[in-house]
Amino acid sequence: MDVLIEKLKVQIIEQLNLAEVKPEDINPDSPLFGDGLGLDSIDALELIVLLEKHYAIKIQNPADGKKIFESVRTMAEFIKSQGKS
Amino acid sequence: MEIVISSYCRIKNNALIVNGKSIQLAKQDSAAFFLAETYKILGLNYPKFHKMDGLCKLGLLATEAALQNSGFLERHTLDKIGILMANKASSLETDRVHQQSISDKEKYLPSPSVFVYTLPNIVIGEIAIKHKITGENAFFVEPSFNTNLMLQQNNLMLKQSEVSAVISGWVDFDNGHMDALIYLTEIADDSIKKLNFKPLNEELLKQLYQ
Repeated sequence: MDVLIEKLKVQIIEQLNLAEVKPEDINPDSPLFGDGLGLDSIDALELIVLLEKHYAIKIQNPADGKKIFESVRTMAEFIKSQGKS
Repeated sequence: MEIVISSYCRIKNNALIVNGKSIQLAKQDSAAFFLAETYKILGLNYPKFHKMDGLCKLGLLATEAALQNSGFLERHTLDKIGILMANKASSLETDRVHQQSISDKEKYLPSPSVFVYTLPNIVIGEIAIKHKITGENAFFVEPSFNTNLMLQQNNLMLKQSEVSAVISGWVDFDNGHMDALIYLTEIADDSIKKLNFKPLNEELLKQLYQ
């Protein structure tokens, strides 16, 4: 799980052009939206693209997004649950 | 009603000129490098900048350079500031990136963060968001910097709408080629007249754009 979390951090920084953020700055349990990384609605769409591009995962129900993208850890857990890690 | 230009920034051939003074950059080998260096030189701390396309980065930086130390934002309330811009290439640079991402049906993966920049007036939105400016705005696509049109529209905005100042200019970005002139225009009331700014006219615009 830790390896996947570190990989995800790098992919998120790259996909969202977070030029001033380093992987070590991201707490895997901090919220991605709001107080954490302060991502916006376009970033949410980019995270969906990230899952499709790197893990061939399509989110079928958009309502699930809130849970999946709560933090880097919840993203990693979701990827693992899909057997794509 | 007298209208003056209180500050301007010109970006051309990878050179940055603010109110006649050329600001030296370390190395100027690409548009991306130039924009990143200018961001550092202006001392900006705005993470959203890194997510923008080239056109928005160029427009935002030229505006920031013109605004710095100008007192413009202190002289006007944010709902009384308009933004007027024009360019030639529209958002073509980003349109191409988006087009590429949807041209291969096998690898059809458009990026939302690219798509949002496939309109040229987004540059106005980015500037407005950064400074919370809510006045009127307009964007024109023209074959070249049309001083007559810009002057006309600038005057119209100041005389017929509620704004007392306008961030105006030309912001063109295509194939890594950058061409920008941002100038701040204000209605010269008594307090502004004391500051001895140059009156806005076609001749001055042509001179600044040279």
